[in-house]
Amino acid sequence: MRTLPDVAALAPAYDVAVVGAGPAGMAAAIAAAAHGLSVLVADEAPAPGGQIYRAVTTTRVRRRSLLGADYWRGAPLAAAFAAAPVDTLPEASVWHLDDACVLGVSAQGASRLVTARHVILATGALERPFPVRGWTEPGVMTVGAAQILLKSSGLVATGRVVLAGTGPLLWLLASQYLASGAPPALILDTTPRANWRLAAPHLPAFLCSPYALKGLRLMARVRRRVPVISDVTGLGIDRDGAAQLVTYRHGDGRSGAAAADIVLLHQGVVPNVNLAGAAGCALEWNDTQACWQPQTDAWGMTSVAHIALAGDGAGILGAEAAAVRGKLAGLAAACALGAITPQTRDRLAARPRAALRRCGRGRAFLDALYRPAGSMRVAPPDAIACRCEEVTGADIRAAVRDLHVTGPNQMKAFLRCGMGPCQGRMCALTVAETIAEARGVSPAEVGTMRLRSPVKPLTLGELASLPRSEADTKAVLRG
Amino acid sequence: MFRRLPEADGPAVSFTLNGRPATGVDGDSVAAALLAMGERVCRTTAVSGAARGPFCLMGVCFECLVTIDRIGNRQACLVRLRAGMQVETGKGKREAGP
Ligand code: FES
Repeated sequence: MRTLPDVAALAPAYDVAVVGAGPAGMAAAIAAAAHGLSVLVADEAPAPGGQIYRAVTTTRVRRRSLLGADYWRGAPLAAAFAAAPVDTLPEASVWHLDDACVLGVSAQGASRLVTARHVILATGALERPFPVRGWTEPGVMTVGAAQILLKSSGLVATGRVVLAGTGPLLWLLASQYLASGAPPALILDTTPRANWRLAAPHLPAFLCSPYALKGLRLMARVRRRVPVISDVTGLGIDRDGAAQLVTYRHGDGRSGAAAADIVLLHQGVVPNVNLAGAAGCALEWNDTQACWQPQTDAWGMTSVAHIALAGDGAGILGAEAAAVRGKLAGLAAACALGAITPQTRDRLAARPRAALRRCGRGRAFLDALYRPAGSMRVAPPDAIACRCEEVTGADIRAAVRDLHVTGPNQMKAFLRCGMGPCQGRMCALTVAETIAEARGVSPAEVGTMRLRSPVKPLTLGELASLPRSEADTKAVLRG
Repeated sequence: MFRRLPEADGPAVSFTLNGRPATGVDGDSVAAALLAMGERVCRTTAVSGAARGPFCLMGVCFECLVTIDRIGNRQACLVRLRAGMQVETGKGKREAGP
């Protein structure tokens, strides 16, 4: 891997551009480069790894038991990536992609347009928004945020740390905090009791999966040391001096409260679809995982020619599967660009496909068990839904009721939700689900926000300094 | 509110926060360095003036916007801390330039 210092060092064109250097992006780049294609990998972080293997080549937290064996699985992949003949541009954001495979790339305060013959989006997942009253207070963060601080800077939260929500990552962080000597004070588990019944039919397959034993052991370890309250609903957070007061309801309806110095929220992860959506890739509603995901075929190809998706950005399957899906997307790229025949592609894909089937075992159980309750996916009236524009659940419901707003795009016009700097990343799901609930229809029916480039804010100066043709100038100048 | 594991200590990186001297550790993002110092507020919002701090640490939420070396609205969680950086927390709506 050749690390480029800035956008000036980019070649004007690449065979394959990969966005994201997590497991899927690294594996895709390695596979494409192995067949002689020129490859660029652009990533927002300073070092490869994505979120799951964040800082795997640079972290100082090297006690194996602390971050766990699954984290260190990223090390050999990162080593193979470092040895592959690819260009990487770290600390870069890709703010534009269109159906001609032109990418707008920004790094170190300068932008450049790069053309690729084929694009693989490995933009991964982000944490599902968890809109509760007070979730915007400083000191309230996500579980994933705490994990990033631990991996990349060796920071652990101190004082009374309350974890609230559902999903495997919450338990993983709790066990990592235990191993760091900083056990959380309390876990408020919002997994709906009814999910156990829905997940039960998938239990036998889960028990044969590689996750079962590991996961059950990990949860048992945490439960021995950390008080856990199950079947929690009605969560809210209020500032109390420099601390927070977390209030909630037990499964039996009693109310409870806990003081916290740091509150860490989690409600599972969902695909990060902004760049794919802005490039025109068709999105579909995945009702099992309650999220939008780009439509893809078995090779990760989207509805737009030569734009593919790999990894959790195409639907949540986890890190191990992401690397496999990256490899498949890399092979598909090599075939689409004529570097290998379809026969060779299929032969080389046989083992990854078998591996992917193995990774998929047990997924149905996890999906059913950790599907967040509907009440956690909509904004309660007193909670902020759109953090950027400070639009509450009550505002959205009132707009549906009084102004007959039917979907998120129309809602933008009235309330600006989704139009702040995060461009809907933090509210698109909440707004769609809250409208859907208020209208009594499914999120698939209300649709999602239309996405457009630039998908990351950039300065006018950067935009203005892009090279432009005479025709471009004529298009905007009058007279 | 956050403490650093002993093994994670590394070379100190000096910078300024709102004009006052501050220190982080090599490898920190600007947001991580602020949190390690106990600084949990990055800005106040343009709409209501409410205090906000880093939320996702992965470039998604835009709550960590600060001014770095006179360039406004930079995501503190995505910018790697470098020696001599001038970091300023953000305040409400931005004034129009002269
Ligand atoms: S903390 Fe979310 S973008 Fe920086």
